[in-house]
Amino acid sequence: MLHPVTLAHYLVVGAVLFSCGVLCMVLKRNALGVLMGVELALNGANINWVALSSPALRADPAWSLGLDGQLMALFVIVLAAGEAAVALAIALNYYRLYLSVDVDQASQLKG
Amino acid sequence: MLSWFLQFGFPDWLAYGAAGLVKAILVLVLVLFVPMLALWMERKIAGRIQDRLGPTRTGGRFGWLQSPADGIKLLMKEDIIPAAADPLLFRLAPYLSFCAAFCVFVVLPVADGWAPAGWDSALFFFLAVAGLEVFGVILAGYASGSKWSLFGAMREAAQVVSYEVPLGLCVLVPVVVVGSLDLQEIGRMQEGWFTGWLIFHDPFVFLIFWIYAACAMAGLNRAPFDLPEAESELVAGFATEYSGFRWAVFFMAEYAAMFAWSGLGAILFFGGWNGPVPVASWLGLVSANGPVAGFLGNLLGMVNFLIKGFLGVTVMIWARWTLPRLRIDQVIAMCWKYCVPLATLMLVGVVLWQGMTLEWCSAPPADAAQEPSSIPSQWPGRSAGSGKAAPAAMWRFAGRLCADLQVMENKEEIVP
Amino acid sequence: MSGSILPTILFFLFASLACAGAVGVLLLQRIVYMAGALLVSLAGVAGLFFIAGADFVGLVQLMVYVGGTVVLLAFGVMLTARRSQPGWQVPAGQWAAGLAVGAVLLAVLLWSVLAVPPWRSVWPTVSAEGAPSGGVATVTTGSAYQQEAQPGTIGPLGWALLGVRTDRAIQQDSSQAPLDSSQAQANFSQAPPNRFQARPDSAQTVLDPSQEDARQTGRSGYLLPFEIISVHLVLVLIGAAFLARARIPFPSSPLPAVGEAGLTNGQAG
Repeated sequence: MLHPVTLAHYLVVGAVLFSCGVLCMVLKRNALGVLMGVELALNGANINWVALSSPALRADPAWSLGLDGQLMALFVIVLAAGEAAVALAIALNYYRLYLSVDVDQASQLKG
Repeated sequence: MLSWFLQFGFPDWLAYGAAGLVKAILVLVLVLFVPMLALWMERKIAGRIQDRLGPTRTGGRFGWLQSPADGIKLLMKEDIIPAAADPLLFRLAPYLSFCAAFCVFVVLPVADGWAPAGWDSALFFFLAVAGLEVFGVILAGYASGSKWSLFGAMREAAQVVSYEVPLGLCVLVPVVVVGSLDLQEIGRMQEGWFTGWLIFHDPFVFLIFWIYAACAMAGLNRAPFDLPEAESELVAGFATEYSGFRWAVFFMAEYAAMFAWSGLGAILFFGGWNGPVPVASWLGLVSANGPVAGFLGNLLGMVNFLIKGFLGVTVMIWARWTLPRLRIDQVIAMCWKYCVPLATLMLVGVVLWQGMTLEWCSAPPADAAQEPSSIPSQWPGRSAGSGKAAPAAMWRFAGRLCADLQVMENKEEIVP
Repeated sequence: MSGSILPTILFFLFASLACAGAVGVLLLQRIVYMAGALLVSLAGVAGLFFIAGADFVGLVQLMVYVGGTVVLLAFGVMLTARRSQPGWQVPAGQWAAGLAVGAVLLAVLLWSVLAVPPWRSVWPTVSAEGAPSGGVATVTTGSAYQQEAQPGTIGPLGWALLGVRTDRAIQQDSSQAPLDSSQAQANFSQAPPNRFQARPDSAQTVLDPSQEDARQTGRSGYLLPFEIISVHLVLVLIGAAFLARARIPFPSSPLPAVGEAGLTNGQAG
C-alpha cells in the first residue's frame, strides 16, 4: 500500500511551489508574471504553515503549531490579496504611462 | 449513504468513491433539470409579460418540450471556433463556468440532511465557489479574440468582483442571527410556522433581503444588470463568438447559478425546506417516526425547497422582462455607493439587535463570586440544542468573557 | 493495516495539481496561460489545506486567492495585453542561469525538509518508540485523517481572532493539573447535555490559580493583529483606488510626454 502522507510530503510540495515562485519572479519580464511568482512563493510558505499546524501530520500532535499556524496562513492570504491589489494598481498605472508592463523598462529611477 | 456503502466491507476509498459518485449523479440530475424548467419558464413568462403566448406547440399545449427541443437544436449546430480565438481556452471556458455552478450545489441542502456535503462552513464554501464562475467568463471573453467579448468579460469581472462584497455582507446578517455557517443548521432553525422564518426575525434581516435580492441579480448578470451581455451595445458580450453546445453549457451554468442563489436566499431568509405551515410534523412525517416517515418528510421538504427556488427564479425572470437595463457606471455605483454602505448598516444593526435581545446582556450583572454562573444560557442566537458538541471550554471562556464585560460595565456605572 | 489510502490518493492528486500548476506558471510564456496555471495551482493548494484539516484556511484560499486574486490578475492581463511582444523573450542564458539557481534552491529546501526524521514518519510509530512528551493518545489508527469527530476550525479560529484561545486553554488545563487530569479530561471532553448551562464545579475552578493562568493564556489571541490587518486592508482599498483611478489631465500644462510622464504623474498621484 501507499506510504501514508507525512509532513515531509507537504513540505516538499511547499518547496516546489516556493522555488517556482522565486524563479518566476526572477525570470519573467511581465510585471503580472512577477506578481504571479510572488503569489506562488507565498502559497509555498502557506503550505508549510498549514502542514506544520496540522496535528495529523506531526510525529507528535503536541508539537504541531495548532491554530497559530492556520492563523498565520490566514494573515498571509489576506495580506497577499492586499498586496496583489496594490501591485496591480501600480502595474496598471505604469501601463498607462508606458503602454507596456515590461519590468526591464521601468528604469527611470536608475541613477 | 457513506455508512451504507461502508457496511458491505468495501475498502473505504471505494466506499467514498461510490457514495460520491451517486451523490454527484443526483446533483447532476438536479443541475440539468433546473435549466430545462427555468428556460421554459423564461419563455412563457416573457411571452405573458409581452402580451403574447410564448411557446405553445412544441410537445403539447404549453410547449413543454421547448427546452429539450432547444437543446437538440443547439447540439445540432455547427461547432465554430473563430480563427482569432485561442482554441484551448476557448474550449475550456464554458466547462470551467459550469463546474463552478455545479459545485455550488454540493453544499445546498434540498431537505433536512439531504445535502451532498453537510459542512459547518457550507455557506462560506457556497460564496467561495460561486465566485469562481466569473473566471470561465473572463477566459471566454479573452480567448474569443473579439473586442465585444473582451469588453463583456471586463465588465463581468468588474461587476461580479464588486458585487461579491455586498453579497458577503448580506449573507452575514442571517448568519449573525443564527450563529452558524452550516446551511442545514440555518434551515433547521426555521422550523415550524412561517413566522419563524428568518426574514421575519427582525427588521434588519427583512431589509437586507431586498439588498440581497438585488445584489444576487447583479452578481448573476441578470437583467437589469446584464451589462456583460448587453446586446444593444456589445452584440452578446462574452458569448458573442460562442455557438452550439458550448453556448448551451454557458447558459446552463447561468440558469443553474440563478437557481442556486435563489435557493440560498430561500434557506437564509425563507425557511429553506420548511413550508409556511408545519404540515410535515402534523402528518408525523419526521425522522423520529422511522426512516420511511423521515424520507417522506424530506421529500415534502424537497418539493418546498424547489418551489421556493423556482419562485426566486421567476422573480428574476420577471425583473428581466420588466425593467430597462442600467449603464455600467450605474451598476458599479449602485454596488459601492448604496449596497455596500446599506449592507454594512444592516450588519451593524443586526449585531446590535442581537446584543439587545439576548438575555446575557440585558440580565443584571452578577457579582464577582457568582461570575461563572452567568454563562449565557442562550448564546449565540437560538442554537441551543444543536447536535454539534462544541468544546465545552470554548463556551466556558466565552461565558467568562461576557461576565467580565458585565463586571466592567458595572464598574463603569458605579465609579462615576 | 493502518488506515485508509484515500487521503494519500487525494494528497497526490492535489499535490500534483499544485506542482504542475506551479511549473506551468514558470514555463509557459503566454500570460493568460500562466494565469490559468496559477488557478490550477492555487486550487490544488486549497485541496491540500482541506486534507490537512484546515478547512477554513482552504476556503479562504478558494475565496480570496482563486476567486479574488486570480480574477484580479486576469483582469490586469486583459487590461494590459495589447499584442504579443516579441522583445519580451528572456534570453536563453538567463533561463539557464535561473534554472540552475532554482535547482540549487530546490535542492537545499528538499535537503532541509528530508533531514529531519520525525517529519518523515506518521506519529504512531514514533510515539511507540517513546516520543519526548508522549502525546495525547486519542488516535488509534495510523491515519489520523480518520478522526470522525474532527471538528471544524471555524469556531476556534473565530474565537482566536477575537482574542480567546480555546484550544490553548484546553491544553493548559490538561497539562497544568496533572493530579486532576482525569477529571479535567472528563470536564473538557464531555459537553454537558445543554452546553450553555453552568457546570457545578466551575465556581471553584476560577479560584484555582492554575486556572487563572490558563485563562490568561487562553486570552493570548490575535485580536490586535486582526484589527491591524483590518485597518491595513482599508488602507489598501483606499490606496489601490487612488492609484488606479483615471488620470486627470493637468489644468496648467499639456499632456506630458511619455518620458516625463512618470515624474509628473508620480507627484500628482
